[in-house]
Amino acid sequence: MGNPIFRRRRIVNKVMLCISGFAMIFGLFWLAWILITLLHEGFYALHWSLFTEMTPPPGSNGGILNAIAGSLLMATFGTLIGTPVGILAGTYLAEFGRRGWLAPATRFINDILLSAPSIVIGLFVYTIYVAQVRHFSAWAGSIALSLIVIPVVVRTTDDMLKLVPDSLREAAVALGAPSWKMIVFVSYRAAKAGIVTGILLAVARISGETAPLLFTALNNQFFSLNMNGPMANLPVVIFQFAMSPYQDWHRLAWAGAGLVTLAVLALNILARLMFSKKT
Amino acid sequence: MSVTTLPTTAENTIIEKAMDSSRRGSMPPRVRHARWMDAAFERLTNFSAFCVFSILAAILVSLVLGSTLTLQKYGLSFIWTADWDPVQEKFGALVPIFGTLVTSFIAMLIGIPVSFGIALFLTELSPAWLKRPLGTAIELLAAIPSIIYGMWGLFVFAPLFAEYAQPALTKAFGWLPMIGALFKGPPMGIGMLTAGIILAVMVIPFISAVMRDVFELVPPLLKESAYGLGATTWEVVWKVVLPYTKIGVVGGIMLGLGRALGETMAVTFVIGNAHQLNSSLLAPGNSIASALANEFTEAVGDLYYSALYELGLILFLITTIVLALSKLLLQQLAKQEGRKS
Repeated sequence: MGNPIFRRRRIVNKVMLCISGFAMIFGLFWLAWILITLLHEGFYALHWSLFTEMTPPPGSNGGILNAIAGSLLMATFGTLIGTPVGILAGTYLAEFGRRGWLAPATRFINDILLSAPSIVIGLFVYTIYVAQVRHFSAWAGSIALSLIVIPVVVRTTDDMLKLVPDSLREAAVALGAPSWKMIVFVSYRAAKAGIVTGILLAVARISGETAPLLFTALNNQFFSLNMNGPMANLPVVIFQFAMSPYQDWHRLAWAGAGLVTLAVLALNILARLMFSKKT
Repeated sequence: MSVTTLPTTAENTIIEKAMDSSRRGSMPPRVRHARWMDAAFERLTNFSAFCVFSILAAILVSLVLGSTLTLQKYGLSFIWTADWDPVQEKFGALVPIFGTLVTSFIAMLIGIPVSFGIALFLTELSPAWLKRPLGTAIELLAAIPSIIYGMWGLFVFAPLFAEYAQPALTKAFGWLPMIGALFKGPPMGIGMLTAGIILAVMVIPFISAVMRDVFELVPPLLKESAYGLGATTWEVVWKVVLPYTKIGVVGGIMLGLGRALGETMAVTFVIGNAHQLNSSLLAPGNSIASALANEFTEAVGDLYYSALYELGLILFLITTIVLALSKLLLQQLAKQEGRKS
């Protein structure tokens, strides 16, 4: 025990493991700090008028109803556009693309898209849509969001379908099922929980995305359900209000931030629960 | 047996005949319908996959087309010109590129060791019942939208940072000959260092998730042999686990770097958005993404737009290369492993 080399090794080990523990605490510390701030400030700003009134001009009272409605609408359309494309592409990768170049290449590009800067996606949709029709619109926002949904859904669909055992597929085909029936009624059913989890995660991801909406849906001070015009949405309202010098706008921004975070975390936890129950 | 087996050529002709007759439409309509549906379904999925495949190229083309004006006018010198004067229509990307690289570098400097510590804790130290909740908590850190980080950074973190950390940093390092210049200037709270720290918090979950996953790929046999020889936990991690997984670890770091480079909202809130080149990390700067977020909707004139497009193009190229490298490294680890990632 008195061996100096042994003692040194033991001390190094203790020190390093302590540092590792501190790193863990460091990570949790930020999560706790951010959540506590949000709860505190958001709770302080929480009021019924949030859900019944429009975004106010500075100095007067109001809510964020138009932003909530706009966010819900655009997230819905973004998901509706992105999910089918994502699922079909994921199906190709896992079911048909076992040979050939398209599947591996798409998988590679999809993984890059998954982490591509969202502001560039906003720029892209601005170029192909907003610059062509010459006005900001909620459709453009939905398309930008769908471009963020697609890679998430492709990835999870592909991964989940690859987990379905081939013997299930062979059984279906042996009974005479055509391959589209085999995929729709056997593969999809077996991978349902995973695919739905992927969609939930994608929805969670786009509910807080700001950058792609800045150049596409922009913002709108008033309540609007017109998909062809600019539309208010929570992230951009939070951005504009938080960057403003007005105290009452800050309060609304905190309320919005609290709502968005609550929604995103709830979706994430729901997705995890669903997935863990099934597997 | 040999009597009943047909020569392969004969077998083939029989199959071909059968297929011929089916092509001529002698198969029942239900089967024909099923075949048609099959082909249609495969085409549809194939088309969707091709759409996903072409998004990246489409983005690249649109960015190049958008930035033709500045590409023609400045050429490559755009990258190292520091001017950014919309009024006189002089544009250069040096300040935003510098800001992007510096903030990401700070984020990596803090993020890599912390992520390593977290991954080490989750794989080797944590009791089994704590692994899942702790892992989930770190993953939730990744789920928080970036605008929340930005707002929190601006209202909560920056004031505290300006009041306590920045004076302390200036006091501790400001007098040093070379490093001192990095920590000079008035404590404003917002600046490149603040942006880097917040970026670090944002990339920690991504890097530590990859590290944890690759650490778990190490065969238990290897670790057990090291333990059996009397190695301590740290020695096992540092000399067995890390060398075994180094490609994957680098891949995870690149993934985090890709995220940090392209992060927009969190940085926009706290970097200060000033188009100046500053040697001090405490001074405000600008990053590519935050320049785009702030100026794009308010830009006037074709050249201004084109300059912003070219900024986007540069960002897109850098992140795509970094992310592609990360993917290649992770694929290589998976190949070594003989299993799919």
